[in-house]
Amino acid sequence: MSAPTTTVEHVPIRTDSDVVKVRQLVRALAQQARLSLVDQTKLVTAASELARNTLVYGGGGDAEVQLAVDGVRTGVRAVFKDDGPGIPDLDLALTDGWTSGSGLGLGLSGSRRLVQHFAIDTAPGAGTRVEIATWSR
Amino acid sequence: MADVATAAPETLAQTLAAHAERVRGVWLDAAARELHGRTSRGELDREQAEILDALLDGLRSGGIALADPAFDQLRGILADVSATRARLGFTPRETAIGIFALKEGLYPLASAGVDITPLLRLVDQLGLLTFETFAAAREAIIAEQAEQLLELSTPVVKLWEGIVAVPLVGTLDSARAQVVMEKLLNTLVDTGSEHAIIDITGVPAVDTQVAQHLLKTVVAARLMGAECTISGIRPQIAQTIVALGIEFGDIRTRATLADALVDALRATRAARQVGLPA
Repeated sequence: MSAPTTTVEHVPIRTDSDVVKVRQLVRALAQQARLSLVDQTKLVTAASELARNTLVYGGGGDAEVQLAVDGVRTGVRAVFKDDGPGIPDLDLALTDGWTSGSGLGLGLSGSRRLVQHFAIDTAPGAGTRVEIATWSR
Repeated sequence: MADVATAAPETLAQTLAAHAERVRGVWLDAAARELHGRTSRGELDREQAEILDALLDGLRSGGIALADPAFDQLRGILADVSATRARLGFTPRETAIGIFALKEGLYPLASAGVDITPLLRLVDQLGLLTFETFAAAREAIIAEQAEQLLELSTPVVKLWEGIVAVPLVGTLDSARAQVVMEKLLNTLVDTGSEHAIIDITGVPAVDTQVAQHLLKTVVAARLMGAECTISGIRPQIAQTIVALGIEFGDIRTRATLADALVDALRATRAARQVGLPA
Protein backbone atom coordinates (compact mmCIF):
# COMPACT_ATOMS: atom_id res chain seq x y z
CA MET A 1 0.00 0.00 0.00
CA SER A 2 2.94 2.37 0.48
CA ALA A 3 3.45 4.36 -2.67
CA PRO A 4 4.04 7.92 -3.82
CA THR A 5 0.96 9.86 -2.90
CA THR A 6 -0.47 13.29 -3.41
CA THR A 7 -1.57 15.85 -0.85
CA VAL A 8 -3.94 14.71 1.85
CA GLU A 9 -7.17 16.66 2.19
CA HIS A 10 -8.45 17.03 5.76
CA VAL A 11 -12.15 17.43 6.38
CA PRO A 12 -13.40 17.87 9.93
CA ILE A 13 -16.63 15.98 10.52
CA ARG A 14 -18.83 17.92 12.91
CA THR A 15 -22.23 18.22 11.24
CA ASP A 16 -24.42 16.53 8.63
CA SER A 17 -23.21 18.95 5.98
CA ASP A 18 -19.63 17.79 6.59
CA VAL A 19 -20.75 14.29 5.54
CA VAL A 20 -21.91 15.81 2.26
CA LYS A 21 -18.54 17.58 1.94
CA VAL A 22 -16.66 14.29 2.38
CA ARG A 23 -18.87 12.66 -0.21
CA GLN A 24 -18.26 15.40 -2.77
CA LEU A 25 -14.50 15.35 -2.18
CA VAL A 26 -14.30 11.56 -2.52
CA ARG A 27 -16.37 11.69 -5.70
CA ALA A 28 -14.12 14.35 -7.24
CA LEU A 29 -10.98 12.35 -6.42
CA ALA A 30 -12.55 9.10 -7.63
CA GLN A 31 -13.19 10.77 -10.98
CA GLN A 32 -9.60 12.02 -11.08
CA ALA A 33 -8.39 8.49 -10.34
CA ARG A 34 -10.48 7.29 -13.28
CA LEU A 35 -12.39 4.72 -11.29
CA SER A 36 -15.28 3.10 -13.12
CA LEU A 37 -18.72 4.56 -12.45
CA VAL A 38 -19.65 1.56 -10.32
CA ASP A 39 -16.45 1.78 -8.26
CA GLN A 40 -16.93 5.51 -7.87
CA THR A 41 -20.45 5.07 -6.56
CA LYS A 42 -19.41 2.25 -4.23
CA LEU A 43 -16.51 4.23 -2.80
CA VAL A 44 -18.60 7.37 -2.34
CA THR A 45 -21.31 5.36 -0.60
CA ALA A 46 -18.78 3.70 1.72
CA ALA A 47 -17.26 7.10 2.54
CA SER A 48 -20.72 8.42 3.27
CA GLU A 49 -21.46 5.54 5.67
CA LEU A 50 -18.15 5.83 7.49
CA ALA A 51 -18.32 9.61 7.74
CA ARG A 52 -21.78 9.33 9.26
CA ASN A 53 -20.57 6.67 11.69
CA THR A 54 -17.76 9.03 12.72
CA LEU A 55 -20.35 11.72 13.35
CA VAL A 56 -23.12 9.69 14.98
CA TYR A 57 -21.21 7.02 16.94
CA GLY A 58 -17.79 8.66 17.28
CA GLY A 59 -19.19 12.05 18.25
CA GLY A 60 -17.39 13.77 15.36
CA GLY A 61 -13.86 13.41 14.06
CA ASP A 62 -11.78 13.90 10.95
CA ALA A 63 -11.56 12.49 7.46
CA GLU A 64 -8.36 12.38 5.43
CA VAL A 65 -8.84 11.79 1.74
CA GLN A 66 -6.12 11.51 -0.87
CA LEU A 67 -5.44 10.47 -4.41
CA ALA A 68 -3.00 7.56 -4.28
CA VAL A 69 -0.67 6.27 -6.96
CA ASP A 70 0.76 2.75 -6.93
CA GLY A 71 2.77 1.97 -10.06
CA VAL A 72 0.35 2.26 -12.94
CA ARG A 73 -2.71 2.11 -10.74
CA THR A 74 -4.36 5.17 -9.30
CA GLY A 75 -6.83 5.09 -6.50
CA VAL A 76 -8.41 6.95 -3.62
CA ARG A 77 -7.62 6.34 0.02
CA ALA A 78 -9.73 7.70 2.86
CA VAL A 79 -9.18 7.53 6.60
CA PHE A 80 -11.87 8.28 9.18
CA LYS A 81 -10.76 9.00 12.73
CA ASP A 82 -12.63 9.81 15.90
CA ASP A 83 -11.88 9.93 19.61
CA GLY A 84 -15.22 8.46 20.52
CA PRO A 85 -16.03 5.48 22.75
CA GLY A 86 -14.54 2.94 20.31
CA ILE A 87 -16.16 -0.38 19.38
CA PRO A 88 -16.19 -2.93 22.22
CA ASP A 89 -17.12 -5.96 20.10
CA LEU A 90 -15.79 -5.58 16.54
CA ASP A 91 -17.12 -8.95 15.33
CA LEU A 92 -20.60 -8.00 16.44
CA ALA A 93 -20.32 -4.53 14.88
CA LEU A 94 -19.34 -6.13 11.56
CA THR A 95 -22.40 -8.39 11.59
CA ASP A 96 -25.04 -7.49 9.03
CA GLY A 97 -28.11 -5.98 10.59
CA TRP A 98 -26.65 -5.33 14.02
CA THR A 99 -26.71 -1.73 15.21
CA SER A 100 -26.14 0.02 18.51
CA GLY A 101 -28.16 2.95 17.15
CA SER A 102 -31.31 3.22 15.06
CA GLY A 103 -29.97 2.57 11.55
CA LEU A 104 -30.22 -0.49 9.35
CA GLY A 105 -27.03 -1.99 10.81
CA LEU A 106 -25.41 -2.28 7.40
CA GLY A 107 -23.16 0.77 7.32
CA LEU A 108 -19.94 -0.72 8.68
CA SER A 109 -20.37 -4.26 7.37
CA GLY A 110 -21.67 -3.03 4.01
CA SER A 111 -18.83 -0.54 3.56
CA ARG A 112 -16.36 -3.39 3.83
CA ARG A 113 -17.95 -5.01 0.79
CA LEU A 114 -18.00 -1.75 -1.18
CA VAL A 115 -14.25 -1.12 -1.23
CA GLN A 116 -11.12 -3.09 -2.12
CA HIS A 117 -9.13 -2.27 1.02
CA PHE A 118 -10.74 -2.00 4.44
CA ALA A 119 -8.91 -1.78 7.78
CA ILE A 120 -10.36 -0.91 11.14
CA ASP A 121 -8.48 -0.08 14.31
CA THR A 122 -10.48 0.40 17.47
CA ALA A 123 -10.53 -0.30 21.19
CA PRO A 124 -13.02 0.58 23.91
CA GLY A 125 -12.36 4.15 25.00
CA ALA A 126 -9.61 4.67 22.42
CA GLY A 127 -11.61 5.92 19.45
CA THR A 128 -11.93 4.36 16.03
CA ARG A 129 -9.86 4.60 12.85
CA VAL A 130 -11.13 3.16 9.58
CA GLU A 131 -9.07 3.18 6.40
CA ILE A 132 -10.52 2.37 3.00
CA ALA A 133 -9.11 2.42 -0.51
CA THR A 134 -10.22 1.53 -4.01
CA TRP A 135 -7.94 1.29 -7.05
CA SER A 136 -8.57 1.66 -10.74
CA ARG A 137 -8.74 -1.69 -12.52
CA MET B 1 -3.81 56.15 43.38
CA ALA B 2 -3.53 58.92 40.83
CA ASP B 3 -6.87 59.94 39.33
CA VAL B 4 -5.41 59.73 35.86
CA ALA B 5 -4.82 55.99 36.18
CA THR B 6 -8.28 55.09 37.46
CA ALA B 7 -10.59 57.23 35.40
CA ALA B 8 -14.12 56.61 36.66
CA PRO B 9 -16.98 56.16 34.17
CA GLU B 10 -18.28 59.63 35.10
CA THR B 11 -14.94 61.21 34.32
CA LEU B 12 -14.84 59.40 30.99
CA ALA B 13 -18.38 60.55 30.23
CA GLN B 14 -17.42 64.16 31.02
CA THR B 15 -14.34 64.02 28.83
CA LEU B 16 -16.25 62.39 26.02
CA ALA B 17 -19.16 64.83 26.26
CA ALA B 18 -16.78 67.79 26.30
CA HIS B 19 -15.16 66.67 23.08
CA ALA B 20 -18.23 65.07 21.53
CA GLU B 21 -18.23 67.35 18.48
CA ARG B 22 -14.64 66.59 17.55
CA VAL B 23 -14.97 62.85 18.25
CA ARG B 24 -18.09 62.68 16.10
CA GLY B 25 -16.37 64.53 13.28
CA VAL B 26 -13.35 62.24 13.10
CA TRP B 27 -15.51 59.13 13.63
CA LEU B 28 -17.89 60.11 10.83
CA ASP B 29 -15.04 60.89 8.41
CA ALA B 30 -13.32 57.58 9.10
CA ALA B 31 -16.50 55.53 8.75
CA ALA B 32 -17.74 57.41 5.69
CA ARG B 33 -14.42 56.88 3.95
CA GLU B 34 -14.74 53.09 4.35
CA LEU B 35 -18.44 52.88 3.60
CA HIS B 36 -18.40 55.25 0.65
CA GLY B 37 -21.21 54.26 -1.67
CA ARG B 38 -22.70 51.74 0.74
CA THR B 39 -24.54 54.12 2.98
CA SER B 40 -25.10 57.87 3.06
CA ARG B 41 -23.29 60.28 5.35
CA GLY B 42 -26.60 61.41 6.81
CA GLU B 43 -27.56 57.88 7.79
CA LEU B 44 -24.17 57.25 9.37
CA ASP B 45 -24.41 60.53 11.26
CA ARG B 46 -27.80 59.61 12.71
CA GLU B 47 -26.61 56.13 13.62
CA GLN B 48 -23.49 57.44 15.33
CA ALA B 49 -25.39 60.10 17.27
CA GLU B 50 -27.64 57.36 18.63
CA ILE B 51 -24.70 55.13 19.58
CA LEU B 52 -22.77 57.97 21.23
CA ASP B 53 -25.81 59.07 23.24
CA ALA B 54 -26.37 55.53 24.46
CA LEU B 55 -22.67 55.21 25.27
CA LEU B 56 -22.70 58.45 27.30
CA ASP B 57 -25.87 57.40 29.11
CA GLY B 58 -24.30 54.10 30.00
CA LEU B 59 -21.11 55.72 31.30
CA ARG B 60 -23.09 58.23 33.37
CA SER B 61 -25.02 55.35 34.94
CA GLY B 62 -21.70 53.91 36.05
CA GLY B 63 -21.23 51.26 33.35
CA ILE B 64 -17.68 50.38 32.35
CA ALA B 65 -17.95 46.88 30.83
CA LEU B 66 -20.32 46.20 27.94
CA ALA B 67 -22.09 43.46 29.91
CA ASP B 68 -23.15 46.01 32.56
CA PRO B 69 -26.91 46.63 32.72
CA ALA B 70 -26.17 50.33 32.13
CA PHE B 71 -25.41 49.48 28.50
CA ASP B 72 -28.61 47.57 27.74
CA GLN B 73 -29.80 50.25 25.36
CA LEU B 74 -26.45 50.49 23.61
CA ARG B 75 -26.33 46.74 23.06
CA GLY B 76 -29.84 46.85 21.62
CA ILE B 77 -28.94 49.61 19.17
CA LEU B 78 -25.80 47.80 18.03
CA ALA B 79 -27.65 44.54 17.54
CA ASP B 80 -30.19 46.34 15.36
CA VAL B 81 -27.55 48.11 13.31
CA SER B 82 -25.48 45.00 12.58
CA ALA B 83 -28.54 42.81 11.89
CA THR B 84 -29.77 45.40 9.38
CA ARG B 85 -26.37 45.48 7.72
CA ALA B 86 -26.24 41.69 7.51
CA ARG B 87 -29.58 41.72 5.71
CA LEU B 88 -28.40 44.45 3.34
CA GLY B 89 -25.42 42.32 2.33
CA PHE B 90 -22.66 44.32 4.06
CA THR B 91 -19.41 42.44 4.61
CA PRO B 92 -18.27 41.78 8.21
CA ARG B 93 -15.57 44.41 7.70
CA GLU B 94 -18.03 47.03 6.54
CA THR B 95 -20.23 46.29 9.53
CA ALA B 96 -17.50 46.42 12.16
CA ILE B 97 -15.71 49.45 10.75
CA GLY B 98 -18.63 51.65 11.82
CA ILE B 99 -17.70 50.89 15.42
CA PHE B 100 -13.94 50.61 15.21
CA ALA B 101 -13.78 53.99 13.44
CA LEU B 102 -14.88 55.47 16.78
CA LYS B 103 -11.38 54.77 18.07
CA GLU B 104 -9.97 57.22 15.54
CA GLY B 105 -12.07 59.85 17.23
CA LEU B 106 -10.99 58.77 20.72
CA TYR B 107 -7.20 58.70 20.28
CA PRO B 108 -6.82 62.52 20.36
CA LEU B 109 -8.56 62.53 23.78
CA ALA B 110 -5.51 60.83 25.28
CA SER B 111 -3.79 64.21 25.26
CA ALA B 112 -6.60 65.71 27.36
CA GLY B 113 -5.05 64.26 30.51
CA VAL B 114 -7.52 61.44 31.05
CA ASP B 115 -6.65 57.76 30.68
CA ILE B 116 -9.06 56.62 27.98
CA THR B 117 -7.90 52.98 27.96
CA PRO B 118 -11.20 51.76 29.53
CA LEU B 119 -13.06 53.61 26.79
CA LEU B 120 -10.96 51.98 24.05
CA ARG B 121 -11.47 48.63 25.67
CA LEU B 122 -15.21 49.26 25.66
CA VAL B 123 -15.11 50.05 21.94
CA ASP B 124 -13.31 46.75 21.34
CA GLN B 125 -16.12 44.96 23.14
CA LEU B 126 -18.65 46.86 21.05
CA GLY B 127 -16.83 45.73 17.93
CA LEU B 128 -16.91 42.12 19.03
CA LEU B 129 -20.60 42.42 19.75
CA THR B 130 -21.25 43.73 16.24
CA PHE B 131 -19.39 40.74 14.84
CA GLU B 132 -21.41 38.39 16.95
CA THR B 133 -24.80 39.85 16.08
CA PHE B 134 -23.78 40.13 12.44
CA ALA B 135 -22.89 36.44 12.32
CA ALA B 136 -26.08 35.49 14.16
CA ALA B 137 -28.18 37.49 11.69
CA ARG B 138 -26.39 35.87 8.75
CA GLU B 139 -26.94 32.42 10.21
CA ALA B 140 -30.62 33.19 10.65
CA ILE B 141 -30.81 34.20 6.98
CA ILE B 142 -29.05 31.00 5.90
CA ALA B 143 -31.35 28.84 8.02
CA GLU B 144 -34.34 30.62 6.49
CA GLN B 145 -33.07 30.01 2.98
CA ALA B 146 -32.27 26.36 3.71
CA GLU B 147 -35.84 25.89 4.83
CA GLN B 148 -37.20 27.57 1.71
CA LEU B 149 -34.91 25.44 -0.43
CA LEU B 150 -36.18 22.34 1.31
CA GLU B 151 -39.71 23.23 0.29
CA LEU B 152 -38.70 24.16 -3.23
CA SER B 153 -36.69 21.09 -3.95
CA THR B 154 -39.35 18.51 -3.21
CA PRO B 155 -42.29 18.89 -5.55
CA VAL B 156 -44.97 16.22 -5.74
CA VAL B 157 -46.31 16.11 -9.29
CA LYS B 158 -49.43 14.49 -10.64
CA LEU B 159 -48.54 12.31 -13.64
CA TRP B 160 -51.96 10.88 -14.42
CA GLU B 161 -55.34 10.55 -12.82
CA GLY B 162 -54.57 8.61 -9.63
CA ILE B 163 -50.78 8.61 -10.07
CA VAL B 164 -48.40 11.03 -8.32
CA ALA B 165 -44.60 11.17 -8.48
CA VAL B 166 -41.83 12.67 -6.36
CA PRO B 167 -38.67 13.35 -8.35
CA LEU B 168 -35.88 13.48 -5.76
CA VAL B 169 -32.78 15.48 -6.61
CA GLY B 170 -29.69 15.78 -4.42
CA THR B 171 -28.99 14.64 -0.91
CA LEU B 172 -31.76 12.97 1.03
CA ASP B 173 -31.06 13.79 4.66
CA SER B 174 -33.42 13.32 7.58
CA ALA B 175 -34.96 16.80 7.35
CA ARG B 176 -35.62 16.46 3.64
CA ALA B 177 -36.94 12.92 3.97
CA GLN B 178 -39.44 14.21 6.51
CA VAL B 179 -40.64 16.95 4.14
CA VAL B 180 -40.89 14.47 1.26
CA MET B 181 -42.91 12.03 3.31
CA GLU B 182 -45.32 14.68 4.57
CA LYS B 183 -45.84 16.19 1.14
CA LEU B 184 -46.34 12.82 -0.51
CA LEU B 185 -48.85 11.60 2.06
CA ASN B 186 -50.80 14.86 1.91
CA THR B 187 -50.89 14.80 -1.88
CA LEU B 188 -52.10 11.20 -1.84
CA VAL B 189 -55.08 12.28 0.26
CA ASP B 190 -55.73 15.52 -1.62
CA THR B 191 -55.70 13.94 -5.08
CA GLY B 192 -57.19 10.59 -4.05
CA SER B 193 -54.30 8.85 -5.78
CA GLU B 194 -53.60 5.16 -5.39
CA HIS B 195 -50.16 5.10 -6.96
CA ALA B 196 -47.07 6.92 -5.85
CA ILE B 197 -43.73 6.84 -7.65
CA ILE B 198 -40.55 7.99 -5.91
CA ASP B 199 -37.93 8.70 -8.54
CA ILE B 200 -34.32 8.69 -7.32
CA THR B 201 -32.58 9.35 -10.65
CA GLY B 202 -31.24 12.61 -9.20
CA VAL B 203 -29.94 11.14 -5.94
CA PRO B 204 -26.17 10.74 -6.37
CA ALA B 205 -25.61 8.06 -3.71
CA VAL B 206 -27.96 5.72 -1.93
CA ASP B 207 -26.43 4.82 1.42
CA THR B 208 -28.11 3.09 4.35
CA GLN B 209 -29.57 6.33 5.68
CA VAL B 210 -31.16 7.25 2.35
CA ALA B 211 -32.45 3.69 1.97
CA GLN B 212 -33.95 3.75 5.44
CA HIS B 213 -35.77 7.01 4.69
CA LEU B 214 -37.07 5.60 1.39
CA LEU B 215 -38.30 2.43 3.08
CA LYS B 216 -40.11 4.39 5.77
CA THR B 217 -41.79 6.63 3.19
CA VAL B 218 -42.96 3.64 1.18
CA VAL B 219 -44.34 1.88 4.26
CA ALA B 220 -46.19 5.06 5.31
CA ALA B 221 -47.72 5.42 1.83
CA ARG B 222 -48.79 1.79 1.92
CA LEU B 223 -50.45 2.24 5.28
CA MET B 224 -52.62 4.83 3.56
CA GLY B 225 -53.58 2.31 0.90
CA ALA B 226 -51.35 3.58 -1.89
CA GLU B 227 -49.10 1.39 -3.98
CA CYS B 228 -45.58 2.79 -3.99
CA THR B 229 -42.85 2.28 -6.60
CA ILE B 230 -39.24 3.42 -6.44
CA SER B 231 -37.91 4.27 -9.87
CA GLY B 232 -34.71 5.62 -11.35
CA ILE B 233 -32.40 2.98 -10.00
CA ARG B 234 -29.29 3.25 -12.15
CA PRO B 235 -26.94 0.29 -12.66
CA GLN B 236 -24.21 1.60 -10.34
CA ILE B 237 -26.77 2.34 -7.63
CA ALA B 238 -28.25 -1.15 -7.96
CA GLN B 239 -24.80 -2.73 -7.53
CA THR B 240 -24.03 -0.54 -4.55
CA ILE B 241 -27.32 -1.41 -2.87
CA VAL B 242 -26.64 -5.11 -3.35
CA ALA B 243 -23.07 -4.84 -2.00
CA LEU B 244 -24.26 -2.86 1.01
CA GLY B 245 -26.80 -5.59 1.69
CA ILE B 246 -29.88 -3.39 1.74
CA GLU B 247 -33.09 -5.38 1.17
CA PHE B 248 -35.97 -3.64 -0.48
CA GLY B 249 -38.15 -6.68 0.21
CA ASP B 250 -41.41 -6.69 -1.70
CA ILE B 251 -41.18 -3.01 -2.58
CA ARG B 252 -41.60 -2.54 -6.31
CA THR B 253 -38.62 -0.93 -8.02
CA ARG B 254 -38.13 0.06 -11.65
CA ALA B 255 -35.19 1.31 -13.69
CA THR B 256 -36.93 4.37 -15.09
CA LEU B 257 -39.82 6.64 -14.25
CA ALA B 258 -41.43 5.68 -17.58
CA ASP B 259 -41.45 1.99 -16.61
CA ALA B 260 -43.02 2.83 -13.27
CA LEU B 261 -45.69 4.96 -14.94
CA VAL B 262 -46.58 2.17 -17.40
CA ASP B 263 -46.91 -0.24 -14.47
CA ALA B 264 -49.16 2.10 -12.57
CA LEU B 265 -51.31 2.74 -15.65
CA ARG B 266 -51.72 -1.00 -16.22
CA ALA B 267 -52.82 -1.51 -12.65
CA THR B 268 -55.30 1.36 -12.95
CA ARG B 269 -56.72 -0.02 -16.19
CA ALA B 270 -56.98 -3.53 -14.77
CA ALA B 271 -58.94 -2.14 -11.85
CA ARG B 272 -61.28 -0.33 -14.23
CA GLN B 273 -61.86 -3.44 -16.34
CA VAL B 274 -63.18 -5.40 -13.39
CA GLY B 275 -65.65 -2.60 -12.84
CA LEU B 276 -63.93 -0.68 -10.10
CA PRO B 277 -63.61 3.09 -10.30
CA ALA B 278 -60.07 4.04 -11.22
